[in-house]
Amino acid sequence: MAKVVARPELTWAERLYFVEIFKGMKLTIGHALKTLSNPDTLTTLVYPEVQPDLPQDYRSRHRLMKRPDGDPRCVACYMCSTACPARCIEIEAEEAGDHHIEKRPAVFNIDLLLCIYCGMCVEACPCDAIRMDTKKAILVDDARHKFIISRDQMLDWDPSDYPDTDVTSQEAPGGKLNEEARKAFESGTGH
Amino acid sequence: MKVENPAGDIVELMTINLGPSHPATHGTLRAFCALDGETVSAAACEMGYLHRGFEKMVEQGTYSMVLPYTDRLNYCSAMLNNIGFCKAVETMFGIELPERCVRLRVIIGELSRVIDHLVCIGANLVDLGAMTNFWYFFNPRESVYKIWEKISGARLTNTWTRIGGLYRDAYDGFSDDIRAVVTKIEHAIAEVRALIEHNKIFLDRTKDVCVVSAEDAISWGWTGPCLRACGVDRDLRKDEPYYGYETYDFDTVIGTTGDTYDRVMVRMLEMIESISIIRQALDKLEDGPINSTDARVRLPNKQAVYHDMEALINQFKLIYEGVRPPPGEHYDATEAANGELGFFVVSDGGTNPYKVKVRPPCFTQYAAFGEMIEGSLVADALPTLASINIIAGELDR
Repeated sequence: MAKVVARPELTWAERLYFVEIFKGMKLTIGHALKTLSNPDTLTTLVYPEVQPDLPQDYRSRHRLMKRPDGDPRCVACYMCSTACPARCIEIEAEEAGDHHIEKRPAVFNIDLLLCIYCGMCVEACPCDAIRMDTKKAILVDDARHKFIISRDQMLDWDPSDYPDTDVTSQEAPGGKLNEEARKAFESGTGH
Repeated sequence: MKVENPAGDIVELMTINLGPSHPATHGTLRAFCALDGETVSAAACEMGYLHRGFEKMVEQGTYSMVLPYTDRLNYCSAMLNNIGFCKAVETMFGIELPERCVRLRVIIGELSRVIDHLVCIGANLVDLGAMTNFWYFFNPRESVYKIWEKISGARLTNTWTRIGGLYRDAYDGFSDDIRAVVTKIEHAIAEVRALIEHNKIFLDRTKDVCVVSAEDAISWGWTGPCLRACGVDRDLRKDEPYYGYETYDFDTVIGTTGDTYDRVMVRMLEMIESISIIRQALDKLEDGPINSTDARVRLPNKQAVYHDMEALINQFKLIYEGVRPPPGEHYDATEAANGELGFFVVSDGGTNPYKVKVRPPCFTQYAAFGEMIEGSLVADALPTLASINIIAGELDR
């Protein structure tokens, strides 16, 4: 059964046009008055002054997760750079010094101009080392090389500021689950 | 340019370019027109200004890496493209998806169809000089984008489906958000219909303008709302049901004449049908897994990866090698917002697709555009272009 689009003919009053114009104006002026009386209902933002409120798991600039001693949790397994469709992750491994960990990244660069923010690196990471939840989605700079962020830039955040809500940060655990993942990692089952 | 017409008279024609970079063409499209006064005597279309080599690029990566590219086909309804590609690869494997995954795909897919139609109708009415409707449609569309932010973590390029499942499950309060937003959209549709349905300017400029007959539409290979506007009752959701569309109670919408009016109104009424599907799917949405447990296609659960060696190996195999569909050729199509979006995938058993051919719905519609506008006024050509909803990202790939 299909619905057929009706093709109504206009009545003489509608053909006069002015009647319909006034009906239309009533609707639009009604909208204008509603908005004027309550500007909070506006969908638009006064953009640079008011910034959009992004959800915690919005795919934004990356961060590297840390071990309790501040070292990156990353073990330089190259899974994220392999999964990356834009091939924007550059990793160089070095010896970690700790025989449980074996490897860590000496270089971990992400070219944000190549990155398409698809979140596949986060999904690929087997040790919850990379997340995309810094809420930094608007990036401005004056030179191309400044958009290539390094390991240290991605580690430059304070764990005490990390939200303790149970929002899963993309596929990796967040909030209380974060604590659980860290314990699993420290206890050796994650090695 | 002086030419001789079939009657033997010499007429003076002026040639102009509509596009390729003109705001009214809604994309980089070029229509080379020969004008006799205000009338288009002949028109030839050219495409390729937004060609990015989609089909060649996807051969360079694994099947999972194709997904972000599909976002950039029809960017007004990115998730419908994600669903289309994933469905094509999943049917190659012959895997069954969990029920919740299918329901969520239906809900998000139909909502994507609605916002695609909102953009198409809104922009079409702007071409007729009716700016107000555009804002009435874009307000609820922004609310939909807020839902996209929460469910997929991105606004435009969502990359929300995965082969064998979904990137992320629905968040708490998802159903309430969707129900609120569809009510908003219904309200916007009612307001816009009140503004245009008895408006003399709208009707005079769309009725019997650039008419396409059902025979022509079929021989051009049209699909989707534009074909249905010509009076052909063809909808893949009805004719070749997938994702349980046969269990939902909805009607297809068809036109009678195949003019711009029908193309606008078919989309308008289709949104109401889509909203009814969304409500039915929400009622049936139950808790459950969202990912297939088939280890060949979907990454294992993260908690398992942290603790379990087998899951970790599975993760490594799927990332380093990717999915390997069985060798062979496969065509699979879904009803996207513009019509039949088909993916023809050739697999040689390897991890990268051997060939992916996209059958974009706009391609056939744009091919007919030159012939459609011949004999009409230039001012009517642009609303006609908007009414066939050409998205250059999908047209040129």
